[in-house]
Amino acid sequence: MAGADGDDSLYPIAVLIDELRNEDVQLRLNSIKKLSTIALALGVERTRTELLPFLTDTIYDEDEVLLALAEQLGNFTMLVGGPEYVHCLLPPLESLATVEETVVRDKAVESLRKISQEHSPVDLEVHFEPLVKRLASGDWFTSRTSACGLFSVCYPRVSSTVKAEIRQHFRTLCSDDTPMVRRAAASKLGEFAKVLELEYVKSDIISLFTALASDEQDSVRLLAVEACVSIATLLPQEDLETLVMPTLRQAAEDKSWRVRYMVADKFSELQKAVGPEITKNDLVPAFQNLLKDCEAEVRAAAANKVKEFCENLPEDNREQIIMTHILPCVKELVSDTNQHVKSALASVIMGLSTILGKDNTIEHLLPLFLAQLKDECPEVRLNIISNLDCVNEVIGIRQLSQSLLPAIVELAEDAKWRVRLAIIEYMPLLAGQLGVEFFDEKLNTLCMAWLIDHVYAIREAATCNLMKLVEKFGAEWAQNTIVPKVLGMANDPNYLHRMTTLFCINALSKACGQEITTKQMLPVVLKMSNDQVANVRFNVAKSLQKIGPILDSNALQTEVKPVLEKLASDTDMDVKYFAQEAISGKLSYHWVLKPFNRLSYI
Amino acid sequence: LSSSSLLLHHHHHPWSPIMETTKSMRRARQRRSHSSSQFRYQSSQVELTPLPLLKDAPVAELHDLFCKKLQQCCVLFDFLDCVADLKGKEIKRAALNELVESVATSRGVLIEPLYPEAIKMISVNIFRTLPPSENPEFDPEEDEPTLEASWPHLQLVYEFFLRFLESPDFQPSMAKRYVDQKFVLQLLELFDSEDPREREYLKTILHRVYGKLLGLRAYIRKQINNIFLRFIYETEHFNGVAELLEILGSIINGFALPLKSEHKQFLVRVLIPLHTAKSLSIFHAQLAYCVVQFMEKDATVTEYIIRGLLKYWPKTCTQKEVMFLGEIEEILDVIEPSQFMRIQEPLFKQIAACISSPHFQVAERALYFWNNEYILSLIEENCQVILPLVFATLYRVSKEHWNQTIVSLIYNVLKTFMEMNSKLFDDLTASYKVEKQKELKRERERAELWRGLEEYQERRMQMLTEAARNQRNLQERGERGDTLNPSSPQTAHSDQPEPKPSGASSGAGESAT
Repeated sequence: MAGADGDDSLYPIAVLIDELRNEDVQLRLNSIKKLSTIALALGVERTRTELLPFLTDTIYDEDEVLLALAEQLGNFTMLVGGPEYVHCLLPPLESLATVEETVVRDKAVESLRKISQEHSPVDLEVHFEPLVKRLASGDWFTSRTSACGLFSVCYPRVSSTVKAEIRQHFRTLCSDDTPMVRRAAASKLGEFAKVLELEYVKSDIISLFTALASDEQDSVRLLAVEACVSIATLLPQEDLETLVMPTLRQAAEDKSWRVRYMVADKFSELQKAVGPEITKNDLVPAFQNLLKDCEAEVRAAAANKVKEFCENLPEDNREQIIMTHILPCVKELVSDTNQHVKSALASVIMGLSTILGKDNTIEHLLPLFLAQLKDECPEVRLNIISNLDCVNEVIGIRQLSQSLLPAIVELAEDAKWRVRLAIIEYMPLLAGQLGVEFFDEKLNTLCMAWLIDHVYAIREAATCNLMKLVEKFGAEWAQNTIVPKVLGMANDPNYLHRMTTLFCINALSKACGQEITTKQMLPVVLKMSNDQVANVRFNVAKSLQKIGPILDSNALQTEVKPVLEKLASDTDMDVKYFAQEAISGKLSYHWVLKPFNRLSYI
Repeated sequence: LSSSSLLLHHHHHPWSPIMETTKSMRRARQRRSHSSSQFRYQSSQVELTPLPLLKDAPVAELHDLFCKKLQQCCVLFDFLDCVADLKGKEIKRAALNELVESVATSRGVLIEPLYPEAIKMISVNIFRTLPPSENPEFDPEEDEPTLEASWPHLQLVYEFFLRFLESPDFQPSMAKRYVDQKFVLQLLELFDSEDPREREYLKTILHRVYGKLLGLRAYIRKQINNIFLRFIYETEHFNGVAELLEILGSIINGFALPLKSEHKQFLVRVLIPLHTAKSLSIFHAQLAYCVVQFMEKDATVTEYIIRGLLKYWPKTCTQKEVMFLGEIEEILDVIEPSQFMRIQEPLFKQIAACISSPHFQVAERALYFWNNEYILSLIEENCQVILPLVFATLYRVSKEHWNQTIVSLIYNVLKTFMEMNSKLFDDLTASYKVEKQKELKRERERAELWRGLEEYQERRMQMLTEAARNQRNLQERGERGDTLNPSSPQTAHSDQPEPKPSGASSGAGESAT
């Protein structure tokens, strides 16, 4: 390759463009993804004068290719010669910002936003802002939706006349004929408000906000709720009541559940944005209504916010508000007809105990926890159990243990294996909080029973659980309570249970340490190398490889090696394979000590 | 557009009852869920008392009584509680039945003052925010829909509305004051109802509204466009796409020629992109019908259609690919030969790709084209173009495909081609190997090109980093007080692509300033 040092005659643009035009979409896509390589080979000048015009002209392609192109162009500034020339990238991105496919358009807008920062203020006015205007007045809705995302990036850096124009364009788009554009504008309203001067927030944004929040389509109205958060943050407290609250109150009682859902979903943000006074007077009743909404979706969204809402209440009368206004609603939700509502509540309700303190928790919350622990829906019970730590700090878990145990036992035996799996995952946490005695007495049997579950995922999780328990309670505990039971399973008639012994050993050996591993576990593993079932034998090989690092070299040489060599000449192909794997694996581990042995296995 | 050009003749389409499958039986939930979010906006409950029967009313009092019954029917009931206010529910049901009966059978009932009352009663009953779906992953093909709980009343209200629109006494000039844009917009939103019974009524009603209220037509079309565009590009969820398409099928049927650009735009920017939807199978029959209607109206849109379908051809979903092939066959069935020649090349490249699909249903569906006599005649006329496009695929797949049926179908196709043009066939057979070699060579060249490009890039990158480091060093020295001119930006951009200085320093210059 004579001129590979970069002589551009080696890569005539035609050849490269051919690659970008390849008939096969996949190849075309590959080429586009490496567009920077092509641009680099062409040099900045030809990239500007030849490659970019080509790209601009041929924007009719598969969306996948266009998406890659839109992304590439956002990182192209250096390849066209730096910020001075960055505006060359605008024409292709402008076309991309008008295509139908949302993903492509959004990516083009993202790239445009990125390169807008690389424009000098002059270039921004000369090149970028006219593009935004063109998009904003485009015929088809796609270009107008794209424009919505570009106002806020140029507004802060242009002159005041241009600023006035931009505000005018944004206003127009907020009352666009098509709901798609109004949605785009509504979703950018908050972002745009943030870059505006306060006087224009009050004069322009508020009227747009009010209009969008009472749009005929609920999909537009609900986006205005999002904007409400940003707008309320920008305004001084004294203006909130007149400028924002009428609209927010109306949204909280909107006839469409989607809008009410949005209010519930953004409740914590709204609460922070409007401050403690308005929260007390307006948001508390609004929140009560949302918790009692007729639509389960809304109730669930509100239930999710209970803890956060209470946490953020003004401290001076937080307890009183919770006790008189919120708690009665919460009590009703505990016996809601919809399980999503109950389980949303169960995932946060425990958090209230830290806010309300010991006495209130025992008197008011504990009955609710207990009721939820007995709920018919397993997800509710699980959510309570998974958050036990909050209560533990306040009243100690013992208060609950009476009800906790039946709930755990029931979940542990649930017919759905995913439920069993979920409760297993909380075992180490529970064990930590309940203490070793309680655990040994009540839960140990469950943990052992999972080892012979008929679903593999449960057996696997059960082994992992044992490992975490040993890490918690120590090797001595392991030796006394679980190791004998695990090793006993090695003689089980069911080969799956015998394999579980091996899996447990794999998991436990490290936590149990060299002593237990060598003295108690290793003999069992070695004995199992004579198992009739090949699956057990090759798992022996795997186990030996696993526990090898924990054993001392004497045990390795005298006990492990002969067994592995025997397995390496097994009649079963898989056993042979894994034995050989183990041998080479282990010996390479000890290679530093016995460099010569290794040669015989190469 | 005269309203008579609007025909509704879809009911006998062979595809109407597509989705009665055993699958839905299998997964049917034990409990049929009902839902209604309608009742809750009425705060105080009014007690209904039965009114005299319409048929017993003296003529002079008939209109007044009719009006009272309409007002009575504005009261809403809680159907989620099935034992609540049974008496009231029965009174309303009876009143609705009477209203339906009266509007359907007696003449002279519909006088002007009743229009606002009737439309108000309809609006109060049917317009509501649809409840959230009980099953967020609702799959209309597999799952049982949630049925509207208040259907016993709602059905009668819809029935009344329909009879009202169809009554010989119905006066569009009076109705248009109340059935306005806002009304229609709310009506269209109801098409998202999960209850198929409701959508069926809505379909017929909207069709009548479109037919009778000419001033609303453009608006209805525009709003349907908006619904579709939101469905395609934003939510991918709308239950009534099939029903709306069915109405559009008859609207397209009534388009005047030449087609307005608005209509062409609808085809290209809405109907064709609808093919990308995940749930295409639910409304594909209606969609394909609309597409073919367009072609039959104006053959010049053929090329847009085929190129559009090729652009959105499914990449991974074989089930959709089979649907696309089915639609292509429907299109080819009515294509004009001159139009066929314009699109044959890209089309048969795609067909060749389908034939080599490892999914036998896709390959089979494509090969069935050769059983269609009209398509076969088009292929024969253009054999010189088409055979070279598909030959290599047929030849290769005939040797490689795992499915015996496909292999034998391909042999038939090859035989047909041989009979069509044996000379060309022999030439292609002879040159097959050479072509294959050429293709391999092209591939090697491409690999070579990219390797070169990437090596070059790597070297450039190294140089750039090095230059940047030097620049930094220089600058640091400058900051320490050594006098050194930073390289001027002008020289940095003199764009000799190579060897070391300029391109490299343009990057380096940047990081330094």
